Amino acid sequence: MKFGKNASAVSQSVKAAGLSLASVLAVAAMPAIAQDAAASAVETAAAGSYTPMKPTEGVGMPVPEGLGLQTQYSKLGEYGAWIHNDVLLPIITVITLLVLVLLIVVMVRYNRRANPVPSKTSHNTLIEVIWTLVPVLILIGIAVPSIDLIAKQYKPAPKGSLTIKVTGNQWFWTYGYPDNGDFEVVSNMLNVPGQPTINNGVREVGSEPWDGPSHLEVDNRMVVPVGEPIRLQITASDVIHSFAVPSLWFKLDAVPGRINEKVMMIDKPGVYYGQCSELCGAKHGYMPIAIEALPRDKYDAWVLTHAGGTIDNPKASGTETDYLPGEEPAGAAPAADASAAPAAAAAE
Amino acid sequence: MATTAEHFQGHAEEHHHEHKPAFFARWFMSTNHKDIGTMYLIFAIIAGIIGGAFSGMMRIELAQPGIQYLDIFAKWFGAVNPDFNSTLHVWNVLITAHGLIMVFFMVMPAIIGGFGNWFVPIMIGAPDMAFPRMNNISFWLTVAGFCSLMISAFVPGGTGLGAGTGWTVYAPLSTTGSPGPAVDFGIFALHLAGAGSIMGAINFITTIFNMRAPGMTMHKMPLFVWSVLVTAFLLLLSLPVLAAAITMLLTDRNFGTTFFDPSGGGDPVLYQHLFWFFGHPEVYIMILPGFGIISQIISTFSKKPVFGYLGMAYAMVAIGVVGFIVWAHHMYATGLSVNTKMYFTAATMVIAVPTGIKIFSWIATMWGGSLEFKSPMVWAIGFIFLFTVGGVTGVVLANGGVDDVLHDTYYVVAHFHYVLSLGAVTALFAGFYYWFPKMSGKMHSEFLAHLHFWVFFVGVNMIFFPMHFLGLQGMPRRYPDYAEAYAYWNHFATVGYMIMAASLGIWFVNIIYAFAAGRKAEDNYWGEGATTLEWTLTSPPPYHQFETLPVIGETAHH
Repeated sequence: MKFGKNASAVSQSVKAAGLSLASVLAVAAMPAIAQDAAASAVETAAAGSYTPMKPTEGVGMPVPEGLGLQTQYSKLGEYGAWIHNDVLLPIITVITLLVLVLLIVVMVRYNRRANPVPSKTSHNTLIEVIWTLVPVLILIGIAVPSIDLIAKQYKPAPKGSLTIKVTGNQWFWTYGYPDNGDFEVVSNMLNVPGQPTINNGVREVGSEPWDGPSHLEVDNRMVVPVGEPIRLQITASDVIHSFAVPSLWFKLDAVPGRINEKVMMIDKPGVYYGQCSELCGAKHGYMPIAIEALPRDKYDAWVLTHAGGTIDNPKASGTETDYLPGEEPAGAAPAADASAAPAAAAAE
Repeated sequence: MATTAEHFQGHAEEHHHEHKPAFFARWFMSTNHKDIGTMYLIFAIIAGIIGGAFSGMMRIELAQPGIQYLDIFAKWFGAVNPDFNSTLHVWNVLITAHGLIMVFFMVMPAIIGGFGNWFVPIMIGAPDMAFPRMNNISFWLTVAGFCSLMISAFVPGGTGLGAGTGWTVYAPLSTTGSPGPAVDFGIFALHLAGAGSIMGAINFITTIFNMRAPGMTMHKMPLFVWSVLVTAFLLLLSLPVLAAAITMLLTDRNFGTTFFDPSGGGDPVLYQHLFWFFGHPEVYIMILPGFGIISQIISTFSKKPVFGYLGMAYAMVAIGVVGFIVWAHHMYATGLSVNTKMYFTAATMVIAVPTGIKIFSWIATMWGGSLEFKSPMVWAIGFIFLFTVGGVTGVVLANGGVDDVLHDTYYVVAHFHYVLSLGAVTALFAGFYYWFPKMSGKMHSEFLAHLHFWVFFVGVNMIFFPMHFLGLQGMPRRYPDYAEAYAYWNHFATVGYMIMAASLGIWFVNIIYAFAAGRKAEDNYWGEGATTLEWTLTSPPPYHQFETLPVIGETAHH
């Protein structure tokens, strides 16, 4: 099963060049020296500065006149969207149409002209039992995949997964990267033309070629590596916010005084937009979320553009592999390969 | 039961009992359940106009992306040269006020205070409520609460004038996030309205348990009475929890306590648990009396007794009981533990079973009947369909895993407006056309009532059905401004609002017509299908009815 969808992610990781693979190996062998080597190696790989990715129209964002769920770019999202589109939506449509048809039949057959003398029937035990039990069975049918989805959503991130700390503030997000030298990214919405400046008023949306839709694009995106499980730790500094990205099936409140944790794993490189989803005051509508998922090497290069940014050790992020629906986390593959078959990698 | 009760209620002997007090004593010191019910209805209409106007202000702002009107609205509320924050704050004041007004000062006063007061005593054959003076206090506390809420819109509430916390008043936005007296006034409004509702609930429970006419056993009570009884228990058990929660908010805000402040050992999520322990029964408080009204109407115009009476009554009891153990499905995104989320998913889905029993029993009541499509019946059939749509999206939202993408989006807004705005309000209009001639003694225009239904039906579906699409596409709730992609369906919804507003114009014209030119209503203007006790009385009923108690025969059906 993993040959299909994981293949692309793996090939991207391979494209990440022998460099990162080699650095992982080196770390395993000679930690102290390897750290430097890896850093310098990737620095050269980065060869210049990070340029934000241009988002693809309709990917990771709402589409005009859209009717259904946004296309999903995570395994859990695909599973959730399947439950909604192929289980829940057909069932509720059929139930609604059944009620509608029954109402129409009743109105046609039993109106005053068609049926002048009303019956006096007011009990029928059999039918009452049926319309109690059938809904129960339908609900059990829904509950099975639904409970399974919840169970999968709560599977914790494997040991060694990259941790990113998300903090909601009135009215912007900050993203901390404790595994990458603990730098922090402050993310403000870009100004909307013709409207007062938002927060620090960085610049207008559309003034750079890579800017996405207005109201959704930010000055500094939350950049993450694609294809590997990321542990998001979410909190807030003032009031409750909610970190929500519809195309990644992700929503978790940012509550002051507590840390909520959840795994995010993105299948495909790209930019995914979301918006604060808990009322947080005046500019609640103006603190969007933009996540840019990059291949590991480009992510590392982005990390190094920050003062104090260091490459995290992807470590054995694949040791607990089956926490997503029947799939191994794609990002785990190269690391697992690296640790399992050093000879092969060394031969490269 | 109509025939059994008829001879106890000779009209002629009633007339010499009509010692109506003078105007001030009658309306300001009232102890008459019908007068208090009338005042509740008038109050609810006034509050509904204000709450509805707020939703109109919201829809016009949402007609296109960007901020177009909020600064004008800010000036209406008294802001001088509002900056961008206080302009946006007006939006939050509008959503807060719209929610609180519609829940506490429109639906509840109309459906429980209005129709409940008017018809529960009559339907059980009682001369009045058990505690007539407390009934009066209940009403005036509600009015006082409404005044407090109105005052809050004109005093500072943090980034601007008014309370901008949402009707849920979540901490810490409502504590440290909203300095100024506006939120205090809002909390005080809930305290007053809540106290009024608790007293009302005590009154209904006492009345229904103790003042039923001879022969009116519990299992012979009309379903509307059952619905109000269950509702009264929900109010009695849930409102004190709200009162406690908002009192803790008040002390957090003013007296330095830290119930919901993590820096002092408190927990913001605790507030949400307390709020929704009240809040979920609250949504059944709003819809259950609607169920009761619909049952009476469907039975009347099918000329058949309600199908599965006991199942219908105990389905409402079941909904009430289960309604108390599903509250955290409003909190799926707060970081509940996995077992909690699974439990609340399963428990919430259970509610679909008694609700389904009700829907199917209404249809079965009509099955084999001789249906007359008078205006209340058309509204009631519309209710069944619209409530079904709202109900099935509730099943979708019950799934904690699916809620991860739908929570706090317009899908939720669509869902709860289908069950409340299109459910409870449709039931209110059905009840209005059913009982208006009984209350006023004047017949409304059936043509205008039908026209009102169809225009309203088209309008509300245009407003709220596209919101499912917006929600699935990820548009969050409580946003005054949005990305270009959401523009189409938002514009569509705003057009729907205008159609809906036009339907309310038809309604007002109909009321004016009835009082100005409506013909006099007979005692039982709906004919043979209307069998409950109010149809044995004159229209309007005598000032004091049932001075000789009616006796309900053994064989009388409900």
